[in-house]
Amino acid sequence: MLPKVLNNFFDEMGSISRFGFRFFKEGFVPRYEFREMIRQCYYVGYRSLPLVGLTAFIMGLVITIQSRPTLVEFGAEDWLPKMVSVSLLREITPVITALICAGKIGSGMGAELGSMKVTEQIDAMEVSGTNPFKYLVVTRVFATTLMIPLLAILGDAISLYGAYLGCNIRGVVSWQLYWNQVFETITYGDLIPSVLKTFFFGYAIGVIGCFKGYYSSKGTEGVGQSANSAVVLSSLLIFIIDLLAVQIIDILNLT
Amino acid sequence: METKTDISKQPAVASTEIVISIAGLHKSFGSNKVLRDFCLDVKRGESVAVIGKSGSGKSVLIKCIIGLIDPDSGSINVLGNEVTKLDHIKLDRLRVKVAFLFQSNALYDSMTVRENLEFPLRRHWVNTTKEEVDVLVVEALTNVGLAHTIDMMPSELSGGMRKRVALARTLIMKPEIILYDEPTTGLDPITAREISNLMVDIQKKYNTSSIIISHDLNCVKLTANKIVMLIDGKNYAEGKYEELSKSEDEKVKNFYI
Ligand SMILES: Nc1ncnc2c1ncn2[C@@H]1O[C@H](COP(=O)(O)OP(=O)(O)O)[C@@H](O)[C@H]1O
Ligand SMILES: [Mg+2]
Repeated sequence: MLPKVLNNFFDEMGSISRFGFRFFKEGFVPRYEFREMIRQCYYVGYRSLPLVGLTAFIMGLVITIQSRPTLVEFGAEDWLPKMVSVSLLREITPVITALICAGKIGSGMGAELGSMKVTEQIDAMEVSGTNPFKYLVVTRVFATTLMIPLLAILGDAISLYGAYLGCNIRGVVSWQLYWNQVFETITYGDLIPSVLKTFFFGYAIGVIGCFKGYYSSKGTEGVGQSANSAVVLSSLLIFIIDLLAVQIIDILNLT
Repeated sequence: METKTDISKQPAVASTEIVISIAGLHKSFGSNKVLRDFCLDVKRGESVAVIGKSGSGKSVLIKCIIGLIDPDSGSINVLGNEVTKLDHIKLDRLRVKVAFLFQSNALYDSMTVRENLEFPLRRHWVNTTKEEVDVLVVEALTNVGLAHTIDMMPSELSGGMRKRVALARTLIMKPEIILYDEPTTGLDPITAREISNLMVDIQKKYNTSSIIISHDLNCVKLTANKIVMLIDGKNYAEGKYEELSKSEDEKVKNFYI
């Protein structure tokens, strides 16, 4: 027999996988909830943009400032834009964007669906001729899966601006030269896998946030717990997906 | 669709037609046997109150009737349909005629009162124009005396007002059957009486049949023709308010203290 903790863990993983699978089963047959889907895309995408933009900018700036001394030591200061842009685009910005969204969107969905659950709003939808899974879950998972890659791409661009500023704090790199160096370095092999994995990040954030809310336990306490564990679990899952993605990209030689 | 037939115009049937018939209903959650061989019949135009201790399975019972919970065994026949055997399209069609007033009102927080009331109309594929919807919404709100709240958010309303709006939302489909889950719990005595009176008015106006879950004896006395006691998962005793109040049975007497 497995210890109880492990048992519960696998139990939950099984339920989450089934929940995530149900998205595909129910999401692609009518009736489609387009209006609600667009509303969710607006919430997820537009509302998170300032936060994602700001963090991406700061990340670009500080990573550049922090990398400079090492490069200076080797006399390779000219390489600063090259090195920083690769690490930003391939790893830092997508992951930071996903983590920020896990915090903002994942917890929001956990709390919102959780309170809908405990106040019987989900039941009320069901008796009003609406499939609550489609109306609430499919639309949200769809929105995060589409919007987080978009946010990550915008974040990529903004973080490169941050890096430009970082390059110019101590040294001088002209606008022209900076972008020439960046675009010389970056290939599709850097960009495409990094964007592809953000789709999985988005899907994970949506599924976990909705799962935690949808199966929230009774009572207001349960709602807080749902929001909290949605953030913890989706953040963890983002790192696991990232780890797997890096291995797969490496094995397939996509770099 | 048949949803648009006006129930108020139907003749008051000499209440022999059975609209809800429950037989041998069993439901357990794990080892917790909640319903054990529960039986109940409701005639057209009749209001049946189901009373029982908290946690005795009253909510589970009426959620089974509307297909929100699947019973383990037993039959539930609503308006000639066997609820447990319906596919989701037929179930949705039945749910147009059977309304449910949730204990926690279940008003959608993110929508205004108007949108809350429009929701079932729009979702049930009822072919109504924008103007018809507006008329229905205003009519339903006027029925509960809250026409002025139409553009407010549920969070701006008091507990009693929220209950009324929820009631208006159940009425908007002109249901034949209304299931009330503890309609007066959590309200002050005066508001509770107002809601009870409203329920009586609705019954008279639309000749609805209803099941009223409650442990508020004042509400039950006002609104119900018949009382059913849900004890130990069974229909333990059944009868009129006065009949049951004279009962010698310990478990029945407990409710009248
Ligand atoms: N979805 C569920 N899962 C497990 N147990 C449940 C569920 N719903 C209700 N129960 C249990 O069924 C019993 C009856 O609940 P309920 O019908 O809500 O009581 P009440 O009569 O107060 O409305 C309770 O013991 C409750 O714990
Ligand atoms: Mg209850």
